[in-house]
Amino acid sequence: MTFLYAAAIAAYSGCGLYLMLSRHVVRVVLGLALLTNGAIFLIFFSGRIGSMTPAVIPLGDQELALDAANSLPQALALTAIVIGFALTAFAVALLVAAYKRLDTLDAREMTAAEDMGSPFLPPEGRPVEKAASGKADAGQGDQKMTGQNTTGEVKTNG
Amino acid sequence: MADTLDLLWPVLIPIMTAALAACFWHNIRAQRIVSFIGLVMLFAASVKLTMTVVEHGVIAKQFGGWAPPFGISFVADPLAAALVAITGLLALAVGIFGFYDVRARHERAGFYPLFHGMITGVNGAFLTGDAFNLYVWFEVMLVTSLGLLVISRSREQLDGTIKYGVLNLFGTILFLIGLALLYGATGTLNMADLGQILPGMTLTPGLMTAAMLFLAAFAIKAGLFPLFFWLPASYHTATFAVGAIFAGLLTKVGVYATFRTFTLLFLIEGDTLRYVFTFIAAMTMITGVFGAAVQWNIRRILSFHIISQIGYMLMGLAIATPIAWAGASFYIIHHIIVKANLFLLAGAIRAAGGSDDLRKTGGLLKSHPWLAVLFLIPALSLAGLPPLSGFWAKFLVIDASLRAEYYGLAAVALVVGVLTLFSMMKIWMEAFWKASPVKPSRRRYVPVAFIIPIVMLGAVTMTIGLFAEPFVTFAREAGDVLVDPPLYIAPVFGAEAAAEAGALIAGEAIDADAIENGADNGVEEEVQ
Repeated sequence: MTFLYAAAIAAYSGCGLYLMLSRHVVRVVLGLALLTNGAIFLIFFSGRIGSMTPAVIPLGDQELALDAANSLPQALALTAIVIGFALTAFAVALLVAAYKRLDTLDAREMTAAEDMGSPFLPPEGRPVEKAASGKADAGQGDQKMTGQNTTGEVKTNG
Repeated sequence: MADTLDLLWPVLIPIMTAALAACFWHNIRAQRIVSFIGLVMLFAASVKLTMTVVEHGVIAKQFGGWAPPFGISFVADPLAAALVAITGLLALAVGIFGFYDVRARHERAGFYPLFHGMITGVNGAFLTGDAFNLYVWFEVMLVTSLGLLVISRSREQLDGTIKYGVLNLFGTILFLIGLALLYGATGTLNMADLGQILPGMTLTPGLMTAAMLFLAAFAIKAGLFPLFFWLPASYHTATFAVGAIFAGLLTKVGVYATFRTFTLLFLIEGDTLRYVFTFIAAMTMITGVFGAAVQWNIRRILSFHIISQIGYMLMGLAIATPIAWAGASFYIIHHIIVKANLFLLAGAIRAAGGSDDLRKTGGLLKSHPWLAVLFLIPALSLAGLPPLSGFWAKFLVIDASLRAEYYGLAAVALVVGVLTLFSMMKIWMEAFWKASPVKPSRRRYVPVAFIIPIVMLGAVTMTIGLFAEPFVTFAREAGDVLVDPPLYIAPVFGAEAAAEAGALIAGEAIDADAIENGADNGVEEEVQ
């Protein structure tokens, strides 16, 4: 039972981590959700499963039965579920807004923040001769290039 | 009685303000009034808490009348109290700044509820004495800060928020996993209780994993060396008011949590952990300062400097002598004020010069000479020039590292200080000294709402710098509590002993009288 449980947590977290490595941001959020669930299972398990006696004081007794289940991990797991749910909901809403504005869900094409005042791009607005200094430092090839392309588009829009 | 209630107000006031502001969703004017009253009350409450802590030492409160290890406790030691006070001051300053900077559409998008919600999370994280509760406050802080960051819903903000959100969410999940392992190994999550149990336990692989997960989680939050990439990717996209409060507070919550964890729960004893911390501290300082050197956007320069300055705070953790802890505590307090002030100044420079990109602005020394003076105070303080607060902060940590014979670390700290000065001079030369590349079409004015908080924070920086003595004494006290866990544990468990003695009080929340009884019982003499 313990082994099964541990294997399940490992599978959850493994899938979550794998999804998080994706460049597709929806997959990243799904991965985060899975990973949160893995963590919640771990909390639940850290209270030791096994006891089936409910953590309720029987009528007439003064204290809890000695073999009662540990109720604290359940409380912690509940809290974590609520928080995880709220944050996942927020993340999904954020992705919808981002997709509408940025027109992409590929992390490589999300460069708007990086381009804002980037030292490798000429400042927006008017051309400045310092653009050359960016070329000299363009060691990191592709990403910088895509960055430049997208700002080119931004500028024609604005 | 009044003592422990002081602990509640810094959390209760902002959360009530947030709720009240949310009730007036369509009435922006009412929201503004509620928000400002809330900020003033919060500032008063946090100052009162600090004064109580200065007077009585560490104070603690148990919620719901539960005996200490079972319920949630709030504990205020000098460091936490000082951070809460600074949070109150900063929230007030940014609130005033926001009178001009926060636009109507931000207000309609729920700026005030989010802002006060974030302050609640920050204060809760500083004051809580329960590890799981710390996680909850982290999440409160995270979700509200995400909302604040993306408040304009511009392309840049959406992009920055995704990066900020994903990495920070991952950090909190790591924290949660660490908590699960810790609970599985010890059966408790009360920090004072853990502080009693953990030192006696052998470090099993499970506990070691939990410790490292905490380190990784807080390293993401604090922006430590290999895990800081979300910070410069997002902070410069926020509105100026939001950027200032983020820069001042969010990473420092991570630093505080690291300090708390590695002084109370896991003690830094072995050489291995010290090497790890020394390496992280040095690399954080170096990468931050070099990252800043290449940037042209003021807030991107400042964002990288946050990282580099976090490295100085971590020196306290690496050296872990009482004087180093005092230095690190002093450093955090000085840094919050200075960094937030610089972010506010970025807003003022934009208002005065038309852009926060240094390539597109200039000539401000001629057009706004007083702004130049106000800029020099935090800028030179950040670089560590006497007689400003940064000098004493750097002096304390470097002095501590020399005394503990961490010469390499001291050398790195000194060199990074010079490079920080270089960055500040870059802003100075470009924004203030050089002639403006653009002919200004009209005279630009900096709104009064910008000047008031900048003067306020600048005055605090000057005060700390010129009258450093009481602040250093206070930092020493903070350092003493960090070094000596029983000082932190006593108020929590002294109260429990008292509760056992007089079971009648158990129904009531355990109050200061109970703590005094506990002291009388000879449980702990430190608590007056």
